[in-house]
Amino acid sequence: MNLILLSAIWGVVMMFSGLFLNSKSAAKTVALVGAVALLIGNLFDLSGKMIINSDFKGMLHYERFGLLFLTVLILALLIYILLSGKDVEAVGKHSFEYFALIFFVMSGAGLVALFNNLLILFIGIEIVSIPLYILTGSDKRNLKGNEAALKYFLMGSFSTGILLMGIAFLYGAAGSFQVERLAAITSDNFTAFTTVGIVMVMVALAFKVSAAPFHFWTPDVYDGAPTVFTSFMATIVKAAIFIGFLNLFTNAFAGKADTWKLTVAVITALTLFIGNITAVYQQSVKRMLAYSSIAQAGFMLFAVFAVNDLSKQGLLLYAAAYCFATIGIFAVLVKMKDYTFEGFNGLAKRQPLVAFVLTVCFLSLAGIPLTAGFFAKYYVLAAAVKTGTYLWLVIFAVLMAAVSVYYYFRVIQAMYFKDGEAQELEITAPFKALLVVVAAVVVVLGVYPSLLTNMLFFF
Amino acid sequence: MIALLMILVPLIGGLVSFFLKQENKAKLWSFVVSLVSLAAISYSLVTGNEAGRSFSAEWLPQLGASFALKMDGASTLLCLLSALAYPVIFASTWKSTYASPNSFYGLMLLAQAGIVGVFLAADGLLFYFFWELALIPVYFLCSKWGGEKRIAVTFKFFIYTFIGSLLMLVGLLYMYFQTADGSFAMDSLYAVKLSGDQQTWLFWLFFIAFAIKMPVFPFHTWQPDAYEQSPTAVTMVLSALMVKMGLFAVVRWLLPLFPDAAVQFDNVVIGLSVIGMVYASIVAMQQDDLKRLIAYSSIAHIGLMSAALFVNNESGLQGAIIQFFSHGVNVLGMWIVVELIERKFGTRKMSELGGLAQKAPALTILLVIVALANVALPLTNAFIGEFLMFNGLFKFNVWYAAVGGLSIILSAIYTLRMIQKVFYGNENALTANNTDISFIEKAALAVIVVAIFVMGVYPSPVFNLTKDTASFILGIFK
Repeated sequence: MNLILLSAIWGVVMMFSGLFLNSKSAAKTVALVGAVALLIGNLFDLSGKMIINSDFKGMLHYERFGLLFLTVLILALLIYILLSGKDVEAVGKHSFEYFALIFFVMSGAGLVALFNNLLILFIGIEIVSIPLYILTGSDKRNLKGNEAALKYFLMGSFSTGILLMGIAFLYGAAGSFQVERLAAITSDNFTAFTTVGIVMVMVALAFKVSAAPFHFWTPDVYDGAPTVFTSFMATIVKAAIFIGFLNLFTNAFAGKADTWKLTVAVITALTLFIGNITAVYQQSVKRMLAYSSIAQAGFMLFAVFAVNDLSKQGLLLYAAAYCFATIGIFAVLVKMKDYTFEGFNGLAKRQPLVAFVLTVCFLSLAGIPLTAGFFAKYYVLAAAVKTGTYLWLVIFAVLMAAVSVYYYFRVIQAMYFKDGEAQELEITAPFKALLVVVAAVVVVLGVYPSLLTNMLFFF
Repeated sequence: MIALLMILVPLIGGLVSFFLKQENKAKLWSFVVSLVSLAAISYSLVTGNEAGRSFSAEWLPQLGASFALKMDGASTLLCLLSALAYPVIFASTWKSTYASPNSFYGLMLLAQAGIVGVFLAADGLLFYFFWELALIPVYFLCSKWGGEKRIAVTFKFFIYTFIGSLLMLVGLLYMYFQTADGSFAMDSLYAVKLSGDQQTWLFWLFFIAFAIKMPVFPFHTWQPDAYEQSPTAVTMVLSALMVKMGLFAVVRWLLPLFPDAAVQFDNVVIGLSVIGMVYASIVAMQQDDLKRLIAYSSIAHIGLMSAALFVNNESGLQGAIIQFFSHGVNVLGMWIVVELIERKFGTRKMSELGGLAQKAPALTILLVIVALANVALPLTNAFIGEFLMFNGLFKFNVWYAAVGGLSIILSAIYTLRMIQKVFYGNENALTANNTDISFIEKAALAVIVVAIFVMGVYPSPVFNLTKDTASFILGIFK
């Protein structure tokens, strides 16, 4: 609860401090203070000390997994603000408002992670989505950004409608929005409408996490939005929706797995295929990362597909590995003027340290051992293998992981093996130090993933 | 403890090397580090302390994975090979210069750590870790310091092996969930009882990964290009050590895990291997580039070893394990000669060379010995291994031995023709102002030649060393 409250309040604080603080560059500092406050609030959440200790008649559910997941998201937010805060300020005139919107998104993420009632899930997803429509179009003079924002808004509203419709069907079957009541739907009143409800909710959530075939908005929006906000959308927001997805299917629908398992399997396979194959053909690193985020969503869907104990550990680790690495990559990308692969040519000579950190991040995204990405993939795939069915899907997934090596390594090749006039980057010493911290976290989690997954059981 | 040292010494040495920026410092440092590895393994061989060679520590208890290293006969032999190979590689390429030597030598040592890890790992997940990690430094080495087409070629090699290892990971995960105690430990995995169908498809998931690495026909297409484009020092690592990863993995993992499938598919595997032997030998005869010639000849030799591993009798298995070592030594000698020739004349084309023997007698003598060992002449190390392997193959099925035997004849043809074209005949403009090799290069080649003769005349220590591995494998099949 602390997190949800604090982030909503801090959003308002950000907006007002914009009125009183004239210096534009104060925004990052205020946001940083807010993020630290969120982290402290979340840690109190984890130890059970809350400002308002109520679960609102069972509508929220303070589960360790959800809270821990939010810790990961807040840490990612902290890294994001530290690395890219200056670039957020540089997007336009309203630097304080951008951060305010980001804090509202975090509040929504808190609801999505802790919901125990479909209405809360719906409200959470809306709170996450609406600020994103604004952030996408925040660079007002950029036509591509405007187009992306409108597209995102229209498609997003449409999927919201589907989500609501699905919830209505489920309400009809269970007579309640509560998750326990959904789980308790007996086979007697489990009708075709219930299946339709489940599928509609699934489709809407698949849209939000940009799973194929509902991914069409993703490349345009990620490409059109200012790059700093792409970083935020592709990482923290996506992970936040995923935990809602997993929690809903674990807590409410796990008992009816046969009605949705095949559909999720097909969505997973399609997402992996389209994300990876299309990423291969991209010429711009930003767009490649957009498709790569679709591909990575495919792997995260394995957690939803498997719904067992390994899913939770897997998604937790996946969120951490994916968010940290991607935020690190985007933080450097924002500073580059040329987003093509050629723009990275010869970067290793100019900026050996930055190139090294990027390499670690890309290796992690590709899932090479000794990086967090390996164990992230390991856990979600192990979760799927453990179910003992659909082994073809796992084999398909690893083949697609091999495809992903192709486009991730193109950047590494450009940086190290190709000569070129890499652009001058304005990189400060603290920025470099933080990048090294990100790389270190990625490697440490790649050797001892239990540092994170054990937190689910002990504190 | 020795097992741990074998990994830690190159690992730490490699990391330190990245920070030695001054000219030659990294080179000298790496040479010393590689000698330390050699000293460590020699010490353990002399003291003969079997128990002290293994190591185990806790790693990820929740996953049932531990940092367990086991040094049985075959892995001791391969560790010895890599410990011996590295100083020789560094010495023979002493005069080559590389851009940013600190990274080059650092990556070389990291590759050694990964490769030795594969030879030692006694835990499925750890094995997978090292299997992939050995590849990353090699990827950077080849792509950064290789020939003209290096980036595309190395990438093909990387993706090829990466696909294989991912398939193996799926198989490994499946096995893991079948174990009684949810563990990746080698003994738990060995103890899993699988049905025939399960064995079949798991066997292929693992075998493809190993076959790509070896490489066995038809998975070999990455290999000649990769050998040709890599800097020769890296080619030595690739062909003397890395291909052994695949062969060794068959001994330690594939055969004990899926014995029934191994018997069921022995004809397929041996058939592919024998086809590969003859095919590669024929292609080798057409080559003009020395590196490609040795690359194809290496495929032929590997084919024989992979066939012998599946014949399911003692002489084949023992021969193959011994040949792991002999092939490593011999191919290293061949690459050293190629490296010396290329550095001196700037070409590897046989058609452009000739008459080297007149001004470089020492090089010629040493090369002829190495080349004869490559053809497996008696008194050389390769004879012991190849004789045993053909003996095993003969017992399994006469026709395989007969067809495979062709490759021996062919190998004599292309090897002797190579000597003839490069070293004899008349000097040309390019080779006229030739000089003999320097002391350190002579020393590196001399080590190889001594190893060839010692093992060729007195092989029994190696037999004793690898007996336990061979009898263990045969015990499984009984």
